[in-house]
Amino acid sequence: MISSLITAHKNVFVAQLLVYFCTKRYKMTTSSNLQEFVTQVRRDILRQVHKVNSGHPGGSLGCTEFFSVLFKEVLRAKDHFDMDGKDEDLFFLSNGHISPVYYSVLSRCGYFPVEELKTFRHINSRLQGHPTTHEGLPGVRTASGSLGQGLSVALGSALSKKLNGDKHLVYSLHGDGELQEGQNWEAIMFAAANKIDNIIATVDYNGQQIDGSTDDVLPMGDLKAKFEAFGWDVIEEENGNDIDAVRNVLAEAKSKTGQSKPVVILLKTIMGNGVDFMMHTHAWHGKAPNDEQLEIGLKQNPETLGDY
Amino acid sequence: MKTYTNTGNIDTRSGFGAGLEILGDSNPNVVALCADLTGSLKMNAFKDKHPDRFFQVGIAEANMMGIAAGLTIGGKIPFTGTFANFSTGRVYDQIRQSIAYSGKNVKICASHAGLTLGEDGATHQILEDLGLMKMLPGMTVINTCDFNQTKAATIAIADHDGPVYLRFGRPKVANFTPKDQSFEIGKAVKLQEGTDVTIVATGHLVWEALEAAKTLHEQGIAAEVINIHTIKPLDDKAILSSVKQTGCIVTAEEHNYLGGLGESVSRVLAQHHPTPQEFVATQDTFGESGTPAQLMEKYGLNAKAIVEKSKKVLKRK
Ligand SMILES: Cc1ncc(C[n+]2csc(CCOP(=O)(O)OP(=O)(O)O)c2C)c(N)n1
Ligand SMILES: [Mg+2]
Repeated sequence: MISSLITAHKNVFVAQLLVYFCTKRYKMTTSSNLQEFVTQVRRDILRQVHKVNSGHPGGSLGCTEFFSVLFKEVLRAKDHFDMDGKDEDLFFLSNGHISPVYYSVLSRCGYFPVEELKTFRHINSRLQGHPTTHEGLPGVRTASGSLGQGLSVALGSALSKKLNGDKHLVYSLHGDGELQEGQNWEAIMFAAANKIDNIIATVDYNGQQIDGSTDDVLPMGDLKAKFEAFGWDVIEEENGNDIDAVRNVLAEAKSKTGQSKPVVILLKTIMGNGVDFMMHTHAWHGKAPNDEQLEIGLKQNPETLGDY
Repeated sequence: MKTYTNTGNIDTRSGFGAGLEILGDSNPNVVALCADLTGSLKMNAFKDKHPDRFFQVGIAEANMMGIAAGLTIGGKIPFTGTFANFSTGRVYDQIRQSIAYSGKNVKICASHAGLTLGEDGATHQILEDLGLMKMLPGMTVINTCDFNQTKAATIAIADHDGPVYLRFGRPKVANFTPKDQSFEIGKAVKLQEGTDVTIVATGHLVWEALEAAKTLHEQGIAAEVINIHTIKPLDDKAILSSVKQTGCIVTAEEHNYLGGLGESVSRVLAQHHPTPQEFVATQDTFGESGTPAQLMEKYGLNAKAIVEKSKKVLKRK
């Protein structure tokens, strides 16, 4: 009787383990096949913005490695999306204009059909120009697009996790230009004051924004010193487009959580990374490639997992 | 019927840029501020010619409004430039306290208003800004219809003492009003005379109203078309004298029907001359991604919609 109970329990446990390892979002990946994933995501980004002749390839390409590592290896997410996200890690995209990389990675991690990328920015689509909860797209928990609001929302959800006794983490991504919005600094001050140590915010430190380089538009000085002065634990990573470096810095950040301080990664990336003519310039912040440029970009990123 | 010729599709924001450039040359007190959208707002000509009077504030609209308010102390005439959402909702209290309540002579110039910015979608498509701005005591609210009118309005508001909200857009639309017109704040412009129905339109819907009037004319309905470029102060007289002849009215705007031009017109009618009215406006909804034409069709903001509403209101006379 007792032994059969134990076996039954064991079976449930084994079944749960199986579910755990078989869900796409938990699948551990080696560097080489994550590289394939990254290359495919870059293709998706280019093809999405090209088709509708609008959208933001520059920041999207620069954050491809970050999204890929985060969603494929780091985020402990449940198999089915629900808004409350209890007992799982959460991610918030504050710089909503880089929706192409977000949508590609979400779809390729099973949140919605990859085919849906075809509808990016089209009328009656769930894939709005900027991410929204309004159309019920799985994976998205807040609208973003109007810059500077995401950190506050992420902090609120981190507090909610604490209130719920939920030990999972909250991740967020922000543009560096976006940090010019004052609300960020209100949030940064609040986070330290309230010892919110279950958040890992990442800044896409590409040095570019719309009107030019961040140094041309509004130099932000020593971001590390600024965050530290506000009471955050700061980790700098120079190679934000290197898969192993991203992997390591996310692990390091995780090890620093739970120590009464919020954690931020200043992730140096290259805007437009992986498409040579788009790299190192703000020119491709919000411009789609034409047919010829698309061809070149795709040639530099050959199909790996299958185009949608 | 009067005929209006489209001299070529062009965006209203370029009208703003052209007007600002002229002001830069003619009025040394005019200064301009932008929040990382210089190209989108067409402020490059001003910036290049007058770098000392151009302030790039970065992505920090609240700060921009405060700095603009401060610049007026000492006699400067600041023109702020960003998208309509970030010019209003984003910074409402900064405008309310530091500009409107403090009585500061700031010109809040807003591009990409309404649905017609297209693919960026609802986060950027504000359909509530006319309401937000018209509720502020002392705020003048203008929504121009084409390049020429936007250029003229930009120049005119520099001479108006007081805060102004100037709303324009991104898409290339018909340019049909006179090239070097003078712009009188608060004065409606009658574009067509007619006795059956009054159509009062603002912004991108003015050209659509003219197209609608043509269609209605072919069907034997004489529509009076009024271009209301100024939502506040509203030209009550022009509206009342028209409805006294026609007995019914359609208002048309790229804005929510709550809080926009239509409601302002309803107020005038309710107080002075109750008249059947229909609204061409969005119906308490957010926008979405799509091409401008698709969105205007889906949300009922085009000539076709104006024709339908005109026929509907005629039956209510
Ligand atoms: C509140 C607000 N102001 C302005 C904009 C317009 N805008 C969109 S992206 C952008 C630049 C963002 O720079 P950054 O965060 O560095 O992103 P990147 O260009 O590197 O992708 C601006 C000004 C916006 N979306 N929201
Ligand atoms: Mg940047």
